[in-house]
Amino acid sequence: MDLFNAVNVTKRFANHTALDKVSISVPPQSIFGLLGPNGAGKTTLIRIINQITGPDEGELFLNGQKLKPSDVELIGYLPEERGLYKKMKVGEQALYLAQLKGLSKSVAMKKLKYWFEKFEIQAWWGRKVEELSKGMQQKVQFIVTILHDPKLLIFDEPFSGFDPINVNLLRDEILNLRSNGATIIFSTHNMASVEELCDHIALINKSKKILEGSVKDVRKQFRSDTYELDMLHASGEIQQAFGNDVLLVDERKEDEITHIKVKTIIGRNELLQKMIPLGEIQSFKEVIPSMNDIFISLVQKDTKEQSN
Amino acid sequence: MKKIPIIIRREYLSRVKKRSFIVMTILGPILMAAMMIVPIFIAQMSDETKTIAVADESGIFYKRFPDTENIKFVYLNTNIKVLKDSFERNKFYAILYLPAEVVSKPSTATMYSDKMPSISVKAYIENVLKKEMESMKLTSSGVDKNILDSIETNINLSTTLLKGKGLEEKSNSEVSTFLGLFAGIMIYMFIFLFGTQVMRGVIEEKTSRIIEVVISSVKPFQLMMGKIIGIALVGLTQFLLWIILTFTLVTVAQTSLPDTFKFSKKENIMFGNSKIMTKDQAAQLNSEKQYKNQEVHEMLESIGNIDFTVMILAFLFYFLFGYLLYAALFAAVGSAVDSEADTQQFMLPITIPLIFAIIMSQFVINNPEGPVAFWLSMIPFTSPIIMLIRIPFGVPTTQIILSAALLVGGFILCTWFAGKIYRTGILMYGKKVSYKELWKWMTYKS
Repeated sequence: MDLFNAVNVTKRFANHTALDKVSISVPPQSIFGLLGPNGAGKTTLIRIINQITGPDEGELFLNGQKLKPSDVELIGYLPEERGLYKKMKVGEQALYLAQLKGLSKSVAMKKLKYWFEKFEIQAWWGRKVEELSKGMQQKVQFIVTILHDPKLLIFDEPFSGFDPINVNLLRDEILNLRSNGATIIFSTHNMASVEELCDHIALINKSKKILEGSVKDVRKQFRSDTYELDMLHASGEIQQAFGNDVLLVDERKEDEITHIKVKTIIGRNELLQKMIPLGEIQSFKEVIPSMNDIFISLVQKDTKEQSN
Repeated sequence: MKKIPIIIRREYLSRVKKRSFIVMTILGPILMAAMMIVPIFIAQMSDETKTIAVADESGIFYKRFPDTENIKFVYLNTNIKVLKDSFERNKFYAILYLPAEVVSKPSTATMYSDKMPSISVKAYIENVLKKEMESMKLTSSGVDKNILDSIETNINLSTTLLKGKGLEEKSNSEVSTFLGLFAGIMIYMFIFLFGTQVMRGVIEEKTSRIIEVVISSVKPFQLMMGKIIGIALVGLTQFLLWIILTFTLVTVAQTSLPDTFKFSKKENIMFGNSKIMTKDQAAQLNSEKQYKNQEVHEMLESIGNIDFTVMILAFLFYFLFGYLLYAALFAAVGSAVDSEADTQQFMLPITIPLIFAIIMSQFVINNPEGPVAFWLSMIPFTSPIIMLIRIPFGVPTTQIILSAALLVGGFILCTWFAGKIYRTGILMYGKKVSYKELWKWMTYKS
């Protein structure tokens, strides 16, 4: 059973439809990438999951139960545009936000102590937020988001504003959260981190969901039968040797090595047999499209279709 | 709903702990006390004796001008020309020249001075001259001097309210006016002071972008109400501290400077500024002491008769609900803009009824039972101010209850509408919002 489901969610604003019958299924203990270009409707969907706004149509389920107001305590949300009360002290503020999520003061205190120690930021407890750098504030915010052990976590661009060291720290924490049982909805434009972290994705474009599935399946689905070979001492006309079954996409010579990219409908072994006479094969691999490529080609295609 | 107290607590503590709150709480009563005490000292200081030389060619006015606390008259037989020439040297405040024909032609009386003589001095002299000439004319037409003296009358209409069942109550419209206006203006100030605090708080949450985190935990309406109530408690705390501190200050001042206060009680506080409004002063001069004592006595009696329990309860009620009603509107305005600079266009409809109420207070005081007073004390937007102005004059209980009910109803309605604007506004960024837009937000279904 999925941990979270949105079924045919539609949200209309005065002059446009932000979400048009969008459904997503988030399996438990997974990281679910919510992707889409700017203005596609991701933030609206996230706000609906957080019950900040309500959908015009459609239903939402958490753990198979219809989403209800008290469920906000089971959800942790780190918005893309984040901020804290500038004049408030870090500790007081973290305590306040934790209490708003339903934690008692003493429990919140204990947990905050643990996390502040883990992130080595105990020294900031009594300082005002405005004295902290942006990255420091983000750390505090991250702790506040996960403090109440939410079942469902929603991170909107969690890595923006962090230096590489802290990005690593945060990524490890997110993976930890998953292995400890949390389910994570992860919205980002950084496709490399999607490949690295996400188990499943959904792609939204122009208020419609245009793709959903596990990252592995999606990448397989968009396989284009393209292969890359590195060859030592390549000789002769490569395209001629292939015949009509193989299309040479790219050929680059670098010292003695020739990098070759081909597209073919024939099997791998057959391709290799055709290659062997041409020289010594150093490496051979299938080109699996990156999420970045899939994202760009799909969105462009979909946008073109819709405008036609 | 259990989260509202957490919000109230933060809103309250974060403001009460601010340095500006502590400073204002301490400075407020000092400023108030200063506002009462400083004018007294200034009045005393500036009351150096003014010497006026009387050049009386007619010879009738010799020793006819009674000296007052700060005006002294010297009667000189010197020629007016010489007097004028020696004006600088003699340090006179002014020269009063009364030519021989002054009785037949009163307009020939002239005052010479190197600067404009004060209105009160001028009025005093005019009054004495008038009275002297009148009595002279009356004497010359055969009216007995004793009769003349006995004519002099001071009228001070004392007012007594019939309370039904044979009960009577002394009242004094000056005291009522003062109390009513004071309470009305206090309410006006408090609504503005704390209403804008609500608005700033909302704008702060919006610009710092914490709003999205908070409303993923609580409903926007809960946040709005928590903020409004928290700030109301800040207002009440400040108010309470001011009362306590002011009482302490006044008590300390009274025990250490008893004379000043006796004087001030009689002359400055009760009478407004009798030194400026002296048209009648000369006429009252002879019996002034007695007259004043009578009036002071009457005022004290009427102060005793004003129902302070009702007054204070009414003040608290109208302050609280007036504030709540306006605070909701202030919150809605704050939610609709991105910065305080953009609030102008939406502030106007909020400030107009408040300012209108203050302007209309004059009419209300003149006719506290009239239709203007009645309607303005019923409309929730003006009733907090106008009803408080009316209450010291006596308002039928049914009207108070009706007005209070309307105010509570107005508050609920306003908060409901404001909540709808707030809910949408706090998530809108970088958009110039128009009234049309606000209307759309109000009519969104939830």
